[in-house]
Amino acid sequence: MADKKTEAMEKPRIGVFVCHCGSNIGGFVDVPTVAEYAKTLPDVVYATDNLYTCAEDGLSNIREGIRKHQLNRVIVASCTPRTHAPLFQATCESAGLNKYMFTFVNIREHCSWVHMKEKEMATKKAKDLIRMGVARARLLEPQEEAKVDVTPASVVVGGGVAGMTAALSMAEMGFPIHLVEKEGELGGFVRNLNNLYVTEKSAGDTIKPLIDKVKANKNITTHLNSTLKSVEGFIGNYDISIGTKGAEDQKHKVGTIVVATGALEYMPEGLYGYNQYPNVVTLTEFEILCKKKTLPKLKNVAFIQCVGSRGQVKSYCSRICCNVAIKNGINIVDNYENMLGLMEKAGTVVDKIPVEKKATDEIMERRRRRRGRERGEEGDAEEVKLGPSEKIEVTIFNRDIMAYGVDHELTYNKAREKRVKFVRYTTDHLPKVYMEGNQLMIAYFHETLKLERTMPVDMVILSTPLVAQPDAGELSQLLKVPLGQEGFFLEAHVKLRPVDFATDGIYVCGTCRGPADITEAATQASAAASRAAIPMAKGYVQAEALTSVVDENKCSGCGTCMQVCPYGALRKNDKGFAEVIVAACKGCGCCGATCPEGAITMTNYTDAQLMAEARAALEEEV
Amino acid sequence: MEKSVMVIGGGVAGIQASLDLADKGIIVHLVEKTPSIGGRMAQLDKTFPTNDCSICILAPKMADCFSHPNTNVITYAEVVGVEGKAGAFKVKVLKKARYVDESKCTGCGECLEKCPAKVKSEFEMGLANRKAIYMPMMQAVPRVMTIDKEHCMMLTKGKCGNCKKACKREAINYEMKDQILEVEVGAIIVATGFDVWDPTSSTEYGYGRYPNVYTAMEYERQINAAGPTHGHIERRSDKQRPQKMAFIQCVGSRNPQVGHPYCCAVCCMHSTKEAMLAREHHDDMESTIFYKDMRACAKGFWEYIERAKRDYAVRYVNSDATVQENPENHNPIVVYDVGGRQQSEEFDMVVLATTLLPRKETLELAKILGLKADQFGFLESADRILGHGGTAIPGIYLAGYAAGPADIPESVAQGSSAAAKAVETLVQAGV
Repeated sequence: MADKKTEAMEKPRIGVFVCHCGSNIGGFVDVPTVAEYAKTLPDVVYATDNLYTCAEDGLSNIREGIRKHQLNRVIVASCTPRTHAPLFQATCESAGLNKYMFTFVNIREHCSWVHMKEKEMATKKAKDLIRMGVARARLLEPQEEAKVDVTPASVVVGGGVAGMTAALSMAEMGFPIHLVEKEGELGGFVRNLNNLYVTEKSAGDTIKPLIDKVKANKNITTHLNSTLKSVEGFIGNYDISIGTKGAEDQKHKVGTIVVATGALEYMPEGLYGYNQYPNVVTLTEFEILCKKKTLPKLKNVAFIQCVGSRGQVKSYCSRICCNVAIKNGINIVDNYENMLGLMEKAGTVVDKIPVEKKATDEIMERRRRRRGRERGEEGDAEEVKLGPSEKIEVTIFNRDIMAYGVDHELTYNKAREKRVKFVRYTTDHLPKVYMEGNQLMIAYFHETLKLERTMPVDMVILSTPLVAQPDAGELSQLLKVPLGQEGFFLEAHVKLRPVDFATDGIYVCGTCRGPADITEAATQASAAASRAAIPMAKGYVQAEALTSVVDENKCSGCGTCMQVCPYGALRKNDKGFAEVIVAACKGCGCCGATCPEGAITMTNYTDAQLMAEARAALEEEV
Repeated sequence: MEKSVMVIGGGVAGIQASLDLADKGIIVHLVEKTPSIGGRMAQLDKTFPTNDCSICILAPKMADCFSHPNTNVITYAEVVGVEGKAGAFKVKVLKKARYVDESKCTGCGECLEKCPAKVKSEFEMGLANRKAIYMPMMQAVPRVMTIDKEHCMMLTKGKCGNCKKACKREAINYEMKDQILEVEVGAIIVATGFDVWDPTSSTEYGYGRYPNVYTAMEYERQINAAGPTHGHIERRSDKQRPQKMAFIQCVGSRNPQVGHPYCCAVCCMHSTKEAMLAREHHDDMESTIFYKDMRACAKGFWEYIERAKRDYAVRYVNSDATVQENPENHNPIVVYDVGGRQQSEEFDMVVLATTLLPRKETLELAKILGLKADQFGFLESADRILGHGGTAIPGIYLAGYAAGPADIPESVAQGSSAAAKAVETLVQAGV
């Protein structure tokens, strides 16, 4: 601390290095004149120009300058800090100068490149920018970066496919993991399902090896019937408590948290006769019927897609339901007889419909198709009549078929080859489900023929979207991470940080961040494991040196700063004043701008420094 | 042995994998075939569904990846051989001579003015020229020049030497030779990305024949402020700005006849974005998108389509479409079908959402590494349900489009995921 003060309190001795950047700057700005001008500014004891400041001779020029002229502030006026600030900061450090005493002035992107046709004005602007830099540099203070230790252990919330995959990946890397599952069993949503697309294996068999590996891994402690009850702390240092039904709460210390709490299927109350007519079920209910081999006898089956999604109740597309419906369409055509069972659970309507037991006659089938083709009857309308009586008919009413990528599109084609019918509807003409006597019926508008049509059906399967868990809000408050639209967890950046939260140390994967299929959820999970393993593998996090600082003499303890901080980096201390968690703070400045008492400042972006810079810009003096 | 991993391919998936590994203290050798990392994402103008500027969000990652103390970025290089197994691979890398000393060149560009050659710029999709000595883009990483030996007068005819004279840093070396580097790594990640299909052979779209028919990638460069037209949309035939735009989906995809029955998974979204950007450039732009299914099915995507309709007046027509031309004014005429009735409509410009393919070179690489590719050339995962990106060979993992259609966030997640798998391998192998 003593050093810090002496360095700052010493009279500023500023060195300015103005760069030609070949002709990028030098071609439009009179660089030697600018360097001469810099010498006239207060506290500037040395100024020069380099052809390339970033080349080795330019860098050694900076190092020499620091030694020879006892510089305690360095300014480079050149290109962009995005690419070059780390290089120049490291150069200052190698010559014994605290890297926070370095100031970058961009006279390329901000000046020469945008004023190529106005050389005089560009030269004047370069001078202005450097004058501003000098004004700020005079007031800089050296800063230290704190290192914070990280507990190399993690808690994963949610024991579905995503949670298990994330836990297993980190466990395989050698980190101890607490896996917290609300239910009495691992497996999550997939436990409901019959089979999974792209494979014919049952869903249970597919995930059993994963469950077995999780159970067998010595680094994983599984907490069933449990929830995360409290979380205190910040990256590397979370004190968590896990509550288990019928047991005492357990306290653990972890360094990172992975959220993988999954999603639920939307219950379409009031839509398409759900809970009103028998044999109107959701996609997942249908899977359960198939899985338990309790399908009723069926002859005509209809799927309705986008029930409650894409603007009907929820705004979003649920991504997976088209492909799940296609898979089930194929299952019905190929494997219906193996899924038949007693009918008590699924209603009674279908009693009177005879199912002919004749095995498919492949030759007849082929002839029938050829006849159809010869008559040019590829469309769906005629096909209903043409369908073989011995075959079950499947129609999928859809808005757009979301068979993205390779496997889904090929499966979609396979379904069409198997005569699963796809009928498009628009939101102007939603299909209607109703009863005609004892017969379940669908009325729809044929978009190609522009005709209203009806068809009798024995079962209607409603493809409803995945929806956020009802307790996602609670967890989001506990962890201080945001929920986005429609209650799914919101990642740090949609494109480039898909499994990070903005808050360091907390990660997200699987359907709790939005609809995804099992493969995507598993990929996100191992991605989250990779991200969470970074601080754990390093063993420490380097805190930002440029953070907010609370002046307790001014703080009223109102808590406004805690609400606006996007990183959960502020808390109340024992005295009731705001306190900055340095390891979590990113120095964004939201708290400083919001504090009604003006009690929060940002290191090296103090009001005094910014005002000096602004004054220099406006008043042409430092 | 040091813990180390090789990443092949320096697009966003490879960059993410490299950063995730390097941040864990693992040495990464990133091998990139072209002179700069950045990949396809660097060519895009903006990204859906946020309309973030693509290079603006990618460039910091490129810079981080290059300057990270644990990365060794080897550009203009290819993997030519591999032996060994998980935990102990020996990889041979051919580092092509770039005839420019990477340690001396600062990318200042003084040589560019003096180079007499004109070559179609790959980065600009052939819409602009580059020189024989070049950087593929302004934000290239590393920021150094490369001489393309096919077009350099000095290297082909022994005459010229202008760039050497112009270079104040003496970075040019015409004597430079290809080098073979041998690198030992514990695991390998393949992230070689995609190529854009050339629609010239599908004559129904008139690409190459009608001047005002463009591919989506060409259009991305046109609307980019740093692109060949500085962000001005203009027609090839008369340099006029179009006002009525048509976007045609599934060009070469979902089409078994041309050998790509699959859906490329990103075109519905990028065409919507491109239509929105046209409107952002000029209020009077009217765009129509001809589509089979509007596959807007990831987080925030459907809402994005709704926004395009509501706020950007984008019109969606559910139909296949082909292109003819009005010979008088070179206006493309789109022929489509509504309710079984054929219609035709004249537009000022047509943009084709051409399908994306795994790179041909990826198949050669697959042979070298012993990986399996599917019938389309996408590299196959051994467990397609729970282990996307894990191959039949322990220690070799996949990420990004080379392993099947994926958008940017998926490629990023897969990059991180492959990094996790590679770390697991290093730990298990006791490296």
